[in-house]
Amino acid sequence: MLTVLLLQYTLLFACILSLVAVGGMFCERSGIFSLHLEGLMCVGAMAGALMMRCLPNDVPALAIIIATLVVSLVVGMLYSSLLGIAAIHFNADQTLIGTAMNILGVAFSTVIVKSLNTISNPNDHSSLVTYINQKKAFIVNINGFEFYWIMLIALVILVVAYIILYKTRFGLRLMSCGEHPQAAAAVGINVYKMRWAGILISGALGGIGGIAYIMAGVSEWHFEYGVNGFGFLALAVMIFGKWRPQNIIISALLFAFFKALADVSSQADTLSNLCIPSGIYKMLPYIISLIVLAFTSAKSRAPKAEGIPYDPSAR
Amino acid sequence: MRNILKNDGVKTFIASIICILCGLFLGFIVLLFIEPSGALTAIVNIIKNFFYYSRTDLQLKYLGHTLVKTAPLVMCSLSVLFAYKVGLFNIGVAGQYVVGACACLYAALVLGWSWIFCMLFAGLSGALYGALGGLLKAFKNVNEVISGIMLNWIALYATNMILSNPNAKNASSPYTYDISVKGQNAKLPSAGLESFFNDNIYITIAIPLAIIVAVLIWVILEKTKLGFELKATGLNKHAAKYCGMHEKRNIIVSLAVSGLLAGLGASFFYLTDFEQWKVTSSTIPHICFDGIAGAFLGGLNPIGAIFSSLFIQHITDGGSNVDLSIYCSQISGLISSIIIYLCGFVGFLKMVIDNAGKRNMKGEK
Repeated sequence: MLTVLLLQYTLLFACILSLVAVGGMFCERSGIFSLHLEGLMCVGAMAGALMMRCLPNDVPALAIIIATLVVSLVVGMLYSSLLGIAAIHFNADQTLIGTAMNILGVAFSTVIVKSLNTISNPNDHSSLVTYINQKKAFIVNINGFEFYWIMLIALVILVVAYIILYKTRFGLRLMSCGEHPQAAAAVGINVYKMRWAGILISGALGGIGGIAYIMAGVSEWHFEYGVNGFGFLALAVMIFGKWRPQNIIISALLFAFFKALADVSSQADTLSNLCIPSGIYKMLPYIISLIVLAFTSAKSRAPKAEGIPYDPSAR
Repeated sequence: MRNILKNDGVKTFIASIICILCGLFLGFIVLLFIEPSGALTAIVNIIKNFFYYSRTDLQLKYLGHTLVKTAPLVMCSLSVLFAYKVGLFNIGVAGQYVVGACACLYAALVLGWSWIFCMLFAGLSGALYGALGGLLKAFKNVNEVISGIMLNWIALYATNMILSNPNAKNASSPYTYDISVKGQNAKLPSAGLESFFNDNIYITIAIPLAIIVAVLIWVILEKTKLGFELKATGLNKHAAKYCGMHEKRNIIVSLAVSGLLAGLGASFFYLTDFEQWKVTSSTIPHICFDGIAGAFLGGLNPIGAIFSSLFIQHITDGGSNVDLSIYCSQISGLISSIIIYLCGFVGFLKMVIDNAGKRNMKGEK
């Protein structure tokens, strides 16, 4: 039972982490620092959760899945365009904007959810959204193993992302903008367009990742907690995965395992009988990622122009 | 006119004011969307903060509350801006603050130390934690933003575990003991300041100390060799190395000082007994991220940070004055995060002001 649960959460978290990380990868490959993933996931999750709550129970499963994912995706893209405007057109400090978007994401979704809750019931001041019935559309139960459709979707998106990045004209052009945008511009590539494309892809995938994350194991969510640093884990996955889709999957599996261990430990007796406080399990994903980063960062090579505002007149 | 507009400080000031106004305006629009009829009162109440109360004694008391929370916020802002001067974005300020809180509360409640040692212990722990990020950056090339975020979460869970100690935590509640109940030695002295604020018991020397530290940081950055070296490293690491400065040491030192400031800031808050640490908390204290806003809104100037922190705390506290049956108090958090976002446009705004100044000059010719 425990191994099934662990396997299920590892696979699910790995899929979500790699989805978000691949989104961040497109963003960084186009030359924009993608610190905004945390806030992005939170806003995408908020939109999707509200959509699910609005849907009546008798809607067919496929419609629920499509509606929820599309809403998360669109809202994620809209939210990420905040980064696009600031970083591409106003040469803003991308670290600052990313941080602002992370805080804004949590504050914004809390305000929205709380206000909607208060409007529907004047005594309700919580930031809670419940979606027990609608969530069932996303899950197929196979002998105790809960298969989430999002896993399949993630797999498809990862394969498509790989093909787009390495096998199409668009992907190769996008990568060139992250390495040397002036050279790319010199051969006729529109750097602004490519960077917008990168940011919007990160928005779409981050939004889907957000709604998928708040469905993992729970059927309700308090939005004042954001997404508990999951977006930052995705960022670490991307760096450990060296900005390549195939490596991102492997590193996502590693991180997801420890994250799953932290989540399962609170439910399972055998693990809590080991006399290890649950705090240790919660810390583990972050400690592991720190250690891993310490040993891999020396050689890791980020896209060369990442985080630097594009200056067409620079050489 | 043109001379005034040439001054960088004035340009920063104008840009910051524009950010604030835009932030408040956007917050107002959000309020309008939620419920149009009470939006104007709500935004006015947020801006008023303690002026919301009609009696002078209550006003003074709530001004005191705001100042108590401003002191740690100033320290967090200083921490962020000090690291930023060296070209580092210290998002790890949150972790350093949490570690400082853990250290001073542990020393106060479990070890029973007096306030000065608790404070220094908090600062030292923060400094060591900050230096950890610095070491990773200097020797292992780990991006300080990523390592800072990871260290934040580790600090949060570790603090929750350490302060769950039965000597520190009230068995029946998730909060640690009040300092006034179980560690009277550790409460910061008030030096008679509370009499100015209608005997607000939370007023302590933390407030003047924060201002003194801000001035000290300004002196260090502007008037000392260390400050010059740190800024040079921030501007161009390779050039600084070429001039014989130890760029690795400078990175570690700057993050350690940042951590020291954040740790001290935590002790400035938790040793006033205003709030206790909640050992079940799964989010990082909001104040740390407000510190980022304070640093940038203050134009990355230590003295500016005092005023910007005061403003941010002012509207944050004002958020509790809105009509809670319609709106939620997080609206002020939303406004301050919008302001941080807009701070990213300060460079652009300065350019606009520059151009306006030039046009003015042409007109005068």
